[in-house]
Amino acid sequence: MSNIKSAFENGKAFIAFITCGDPDLATTKKAIKEAVENGADLIELGIPFSDPKAEGVVIQAANIRALENGITTDKIFDFVREIREEIKIPLVFMTYANVIFSYGAEKFISLCKEVDIDGIILPDLPFEEKDEFEPICKQYGVDLISLIAPTSKDRISKIAKNASGFLYIVSSLGVTGTRTEIKTDLKSIMKVVRENTDIPCAIGFGISTPEQAKKMSNIADGVIVGSAIVKLLEKHGKDAPSYIGQYVKSMKNSIR
Amino acid sequence: MTNKNGRFGIYGGQYIPETLMNAVIELEKAYNFYKNDENFNKELNHLFNEYAGRPSRLYFAEKMTNDLGGAKIYLKREDLNHTGAHKINNVLGQSLLAKKMGKTRLIAETGAGQHGVATATAAALMGMECVVFMGKEDTIRQALNVYRMKLLGAKVIPVTSGTATLKDAVSEAMREWTNRIDDTHYCLGSVMGPHPFPTMVRDFQAVISKEIKEQMLEKEGRLPDAVIACVGGGSNAIGSFYHFIDDKTVKLIGCEAAGKGIDTFETAATINTGTLGIFHGMKSYFCQDEYGQIAPVYSISAGLDYPGIGPEHAYLHDISRAEYVAVTDEEAVCAFEYLARIEGIIPAIESAHAVAHAIKIAPEIDKNQIIVITISGRGDKDCAAIARYRGEYINE
Repeated sequence: MSNIKSAFENGKAFIAFITCGDPDLATTKKAIKEAVENGADLIELGIPFSDPKAEGVVIQAANIRALENGITTDKIFDFVREIREEIKIPLVFMTYANVIFSYGAEKFISLCKEVDIDGIILPDLPFEEKDEFEPICKQYGVDLISLIAPTSKDRISKIAKNASGFLYIVSSLGVTGTRTEIKTDLKSIMKVVRENTDIPCAIGFGISTPEQAKKMSNIADGVIVGSAIVKLLEKHGKDAPSYIGQYVKSMKNSIR
Repeated sequence: MTNKNGRFGIYGGQYIPETLMNAVIELEKAYNFYKNDENFNKELNHLFNEYAGRPSRLYFAEKMTNDLGGAKIYLKREDLNHTGAHKINNVLGQSLLAKKMGKTRLIAETGAGQHGVATATAAALMGMECVVFMGKEDTIRQALNVYRMKLLGAKVIPVTSGTATLKDAVSEAMREWTNRIDDTHYCLGSVMGPHPFPTMVRDFQAVISKEIKEQMLEKEGRLPDAVIACVGGGSNAIGSFYHFIDDKTVKLIGCEAAGKGIDTFETAATINTGTLGIFHGMKSYFCQDEYGQIAPVYSISAGLDYPGIGPEHAYLHDISRAEYVAVTDEEAVCAFEYLARIEGIIPAIESAHAVAHAIKIAPEIDKNQIIVITISGRGDKDCAAIARYRGEYINE
């Protein structure tokens, strides 16, 4: 069992996504510290991938910036080992199946355990392909986080029943990125989820404003924000961490 | 060849976002129903024969045979199909299926533009909306095909993400599919991506080997000794191989694009230089670095300029049923020019990779042996690029 549950014990959870190495790991470290000091309950650390299929333009560009600056999976493991001396809240990796597969699943997941990564989110690993990594994740006590989409329909119950860590509820069709409006009937989806599992649920994709966060937190146990934070990194570069701190504070305050 | 989870050995699978899962499940169900439906097959055959111009000819290349002085060479003329390539076979199948499923919009990726043109053609024929994603680089290199697609009523979206080539066009088309599923079918152009695409596209292309077999038995009274085809994702190759897989005497040879050579970084030869990975919905071989980052590949041929290969080819390679060889830009260009001069047939630069390998091996093969080369498309689209390669600049 990972420590993910603790992220949901401080009211509604605010989950922040940050791409490792965008623009460099020193900035990533400062950004994480700012986010944690200002109320983030869990951090999703993005391991960049050359072809991130589920990402919109903002996070795609962050992946490219980080890769161009020479980030690698090995450097990220060293980085997590280092920040774990200060950062105690749950941390999960968000990346793509090939990053783990090519590294060696057992090597990757055992290292997650060693550096105290609590879970892994893989947007290109649906329920049908979970066996690729889940047995090893279970062996090492790292949660493989499942996603539920607006199109999941009859699949919701089986995904929820088998979920571990927390459930990632995708708010909208399409890819990651800020949206002015979230139209999916998330209440109906959450109703089916609740009938099938007790694990916490967080809504992500398209959330950027405190008003949206407030609305989503009324439906679920937490909210996930990625592109809005990555946009601050895109705009302010190495100066972004203090802006991220202010932003996280306003978001967490809206859902307390 | 496919097991029930859409796997070929360990290859294939459905490594896609949850958002798309019900769409591919719905597609699989519809395909499994219609592939055995008499009316569907009747309609598809009608389109194949009356619209696309099938069966395509199996032509005895007598001058080439005499010139090389070895094996008897036949050319399977997919270049004679409507729209000038084998791509139309798959597109007619998928668009007809999409129509039966109640879809009103087709989206597609394209590299050189052949699959995009074929999809735009089928959309025009069926009265469907069409959006084609094409790497920005490729829209510049293949401006004529962009114009053809627009003429056919399609919208062409230049893709600027990543390396702005075929792999990025695939990623962008998949992103668009997650954005709009209800009315939209993703008409994938090769035997790749998540199940059921590798199986479904193969079945629609298998008409190539079905015809080769019938035509060969009629002309020679026996099976060929080898079938040679070019491989990017691998749709014309699997189509050319499929009905011969159980005929163990028939050698199956796939020709990958080596670009500037398999010992350089400027290559797209996946089986020869790639490693096992998971990308674009499937487990297969990919050109990638040690951390699984997909490599920017290179070939003179935009249609073979893809960092992966279809899962069934990966499997045929593993069990040694098919052989995959690498052919360089230079060899392909020489073959392009050779076939034009010796037989008066200008092949697509993709197909020229298969011709090049035949030129290499035919002289060493006994005269009573027969090889078939699939000419997957015609080369008009490549003339400007080949001229450029030879230092001659022409306006299209």
